[in-house]
Amino acid sequence: MTSGPNLVLVGVNHKTTPVEIREKLAFSQVKIEASLEQLVSSPEITENIILSTCNRVEIYARVENTDRGIQLLQDFICDYHGISRGTLDQYFYSYCDNQAVEHLFRVSSSLDSMVLGEAQILGQVKDAYSTARSFSSTGMVLNQLFEKAFNVAKKVREETGISERGVSISSAAVELAKKIFEDLENHSVMLVGTGEMAELAAKHLISYGVKTVYVASRTYERAAALAQTLNGCALDFDSFKEEMHRADIIITSTAAPNFIIRKEMIEAAIHKRKNKPIFLIDIAVPRDIAPEVNELENVYLYDIDDLQNVVNANMEERQKEAENAMEIIKQEVTKFNNWFTTLDAVPTIVEMRNRAEEMRALEVDKTLKNMDHLSPEDKETIQQLTQSLVNKILHKPTINLKKKTQSQDGHVYLKAIRHLFHLDD
Amino acid sequence: MDKISFNIALFSYLLASMGYFVYLVYRRPLVATLSGGLVALGLLAQTVSIGVRSSITGHGPYTTSYEVAMFLAWFMVVIYFLTEWKYKIKDLGAFVIPIVFFVMLVSVFLSKEAGLVPESEVRFWLTLHRTLSIIGYAAFSIAFAAGIMYLIQEHQVKTKKLGIMYFRMPSLEVLDDLNFKVITIGFPLFTLGFMTGSIWNTKINQAFFSWDLVKTMPMVMVWIIYGLVFFGRMATGLRGKKAAQGAIIGFVAVIGSYFLHI
Repeated sequence: MTSGPNLVLVGVNHKTTPVEIREKLAFSQVKIEASLEQLVSSPEITENIILSTCNRVEIYARVENTDRGIQLLQDFICDYHGISRGTLDQYFYSYCDNQAVEHLFRVSSSLDSMVLGEAQILGQVKDAYSTARSFSSTGMVLNQLFEKAFNVAKKVREETGISERGVSISSAAVELAKKIFEDLENHSVMLVGTGEMAELAAKHLISYGVKTVYVASRTYERAAALAQTLNGCALDFDSFKEEMHRADIIITSTAAPNFIIRKEMIEAAIHKRKNKPIFLIDIAVPRDIAPEVNELENVYLYDIDDLQNVVNANMEERQKEAENAMEIIKQEVTKFNNWFTTLDAVPTIVEMRNRAEEMRALEVDKTLKNMDHLSPEDKETIQQLTQSLVNKILHKPTINLKKKTQSQDGHVYLKAIRHLFHLDD
Repeated sequence: MDKISFNIALFSYLLASMGYFVYLVYRRPLVATLSGGLVALGLLAQTVSIGVRSSITGHGPYTTSYEVAMFLAWFMVVIYFLTEWKYKIKDLGAFVIPIVFFVMLVSVFLSKEAGLVPESEVRFWLTLHRTLSIIGYAAFSIAFAAGIMYLIQEHQVKTKKLGIMYFRMPSLEVLDDLNFKVITIGFPLFTLGFMTGSIWNTKINQAFFSWDLVKTMPMVMVWIIYGLVFFGRMATGLRGKKAAQGAIIGFVAVIGSYFLHI
């Protein structure tokens, strides 16, 4: 592609580059602002956006020439951070046009993330975009590209299960709790033991609306301290067994060498609860809850291995969903590309001029056929006259169209011209 | 006219059943929306069909087994829509609409002859009996679907094998709650239907209650099953898996006894 917009992307990410290098390449917010201006002031670069997160540094740009643009951006990153090209060359990846579009769609849809399907990256891409916009370093192409990338990310999230499944122990536990109880707001959790993991899981549950928290520990002070941080109520270790029926979710994490919760205890609790379900999470190793407890109806017991298995399965599932997501992305890349190619004004101008020339020649021939009295010189003059007339008429539209295709709504002008001159028949 | 609209309804429900199934497995929102539209079209066509037939026969759809089946399918869809609207569980369609289709399909093979219209006092009790029972059955069909979904979901959580259905189906609490609510509506209606049926019996000079093993006993069985689920919940907190199983067994009994009873 020699004319029209060229899209390039240069960057490093967690897959290509170790953290020691990545951290040196990061752009802080303040640096980004200065860099955007510096880049866009170059005659080679018409638009640019810098995306800098802990896992990636990428510059998206619209450039005059693809190869020169890529070189320029790579040099810029090296110079800016004072690192030699030789060191960084092995880490850089660069894409142009279609591939750059696909890469951005993958990034914003979280297919390129370390944890597949995580939600943070979309926010970071949005921030990078709005920073660039506020510094007017973007234009029609990047605006359209990034807006599209947000839509694609939304579509991927909605139509695939890529972000559906928890990939940490505590998020898997919360998911299970929600699949048992639906709304966690009117439910209660009891911590038996004050292990760190248990605390984390409890905090996660609280963030999903659990209001009532009980904490029991062999040392009452510990229970009281944790109860205070969680805004709950501390229980005597001897009395928690009598209170178990009050809890919908019980998380155990004691250092006890044997099972401290046995089947008959939960049986009694579930009876007192009139069969309302209990979700037991045993994070302790060795385990605190006898595995037979899971045989009771309306009781669901998960130990640490069970939860880990769920997490592993969820990871695999996200991987599968990523394939579906790629299908969506491929379709969207094609759609974007269709729009992108219409931006090139040259073919439209050529077609428009050809159309006008065809009409001119046809009409002049028709007229001259009936004017045999004219000398060949006169006929030639008429030919020249009509040609310059057409050129004059089309001169301003041609100039303006070239100018307008560089602006925000350039594609609208192209579309209008193609429509008005019947160029798409 | 009633035949054309019957066929439209039948095919709409068939397509919608398949659509909901596709949605259940492949999660395409558009398919669910289309299926919802098809069910609405089916309901409309069926309403026309029932309306036209009623205007021809001059009475409501409750005299012959064909009419009762149509009326039942119609109410199932109505209650399905109400549930969908309240609970937003699109996947319920994959379980309810196939039953609707099945009931409609069965009715294809039933006699389309108009039934005899009894004199007005008898007709009153007959209408009441059939209408109340049919709404009850329609509610039970939703409980049946919720019960099946509950068992699928419960099995996954219990055995710790969390397949795609785990993520797609609602929580155990929602399904259990839905099961209980529709039985709470269905059971009293069914009971009233049972009683008005007995009154109707006396009006056509039969005993208030007949110990007829073929006609009445299946209904007694159905009543006992739902009674256990209904009162069991209130008295002893019977819920979850047992309630789901009860709703499923109950509905299987309903289907079985329907053919014996009418």
